[in-house]
Amino acid sequence: MNSIPFLLPLLGGLTLGLGALWLLYSLGRVAGISGIAWGALAGPDRDWRWRFLAGLLGGGVVTHWLFELPLPAESTAPLGLLISSGLLVGFGTRFGGGCTSGHGVCGIGRRSPRSMIATLLFMVSGMLTVYVIRHVLGGGV
Amino acid sequence: MKAWSAIAAGMLFGAGLTLSGMSDPLKVLGFLDVSGDWIPDLALVMGGALLLSAAATPWILKRPAPRFASQFHVPTIRSIDQRLAIGAILFGVGWGLSGYCPGPAIVSLLYGYQSTMIFCLAMVAGMLLEAALRRSKIA
Repeated sequence: MNSIPFLLPLLGGLTLGLGALWLLYSLGRVAGISGIAWGALAGPDRDWRWRFLAGLLGGGVVTHWLFELPLPAESTAPLGLLISSGLLVGFGTRFGGGCTSGHGVCGIGRRSPRSMIATLLFMVSGMLTVYVIRHVLGGGV
Repeated sequence: MKAWSAIAAGMLFGAGLTLSGMSDPLKVLGFLDVSGDWIPDLALVMGGALLLSAAATPWILKRPAPRFASQFHVPTIRSIDQRLAIGAILFGVGWGLSGYCPGPAIVSLLYGYQSTMIFCLAMVAGMLLEAALRRSKIA
């Protein structure tokens, strides 16, 4: 199964899409991970958010065990890059109201023009960043 | 059943991220590296997720209420403003630096790597910074 190209990404996408739909159907909540992570820390309604995050990790453990998936290698990004990256991701997702899941999957699924614009912008800026780091500066990971 | 709903949703989401290989930041960077050895995986992940999300979301939102809650909590802001654009662009830059976005980063915590923990702590710091900025503007 692991040898068929594109099968696992597609199956994985369908599975996480199902998770997002289930959250909306059962609790009426949007599966935006940056929003859920922030809400779990800052509230209100912390309870379901911690449950969701616990499920997120549990789902990862079960999937690695069930499909005998190898663990990905640790990121080789240097400390400064990791910290800048985390700061920008945390700040940017809160400032722009969502990340890959909230805007990219749930928002576009709702046909929200805001989410379509946001997704386009973070995809393009992510691609430009990788381009500059890898092909202009010749570094990065 | 209500108590299990969020856990089940989280598990499906975490399973999907793991199965698709998105918990590996190198695969994500490979997708963003369009002029290098492009790895299309993330496009298929988003494609698969959007297929379901776009098909069923309008149908779910037509219901009077969620199955186990009194009302839907869906963003009502419609404005496409500077805030949205600046936030999305900054997020994209951060994403491109490491290959981590919030979901995969949190799932990756289970591997016990120090780099993932550092990223997640910095991400929380970034969120706190944004909240501080928001408060200072209101005050």
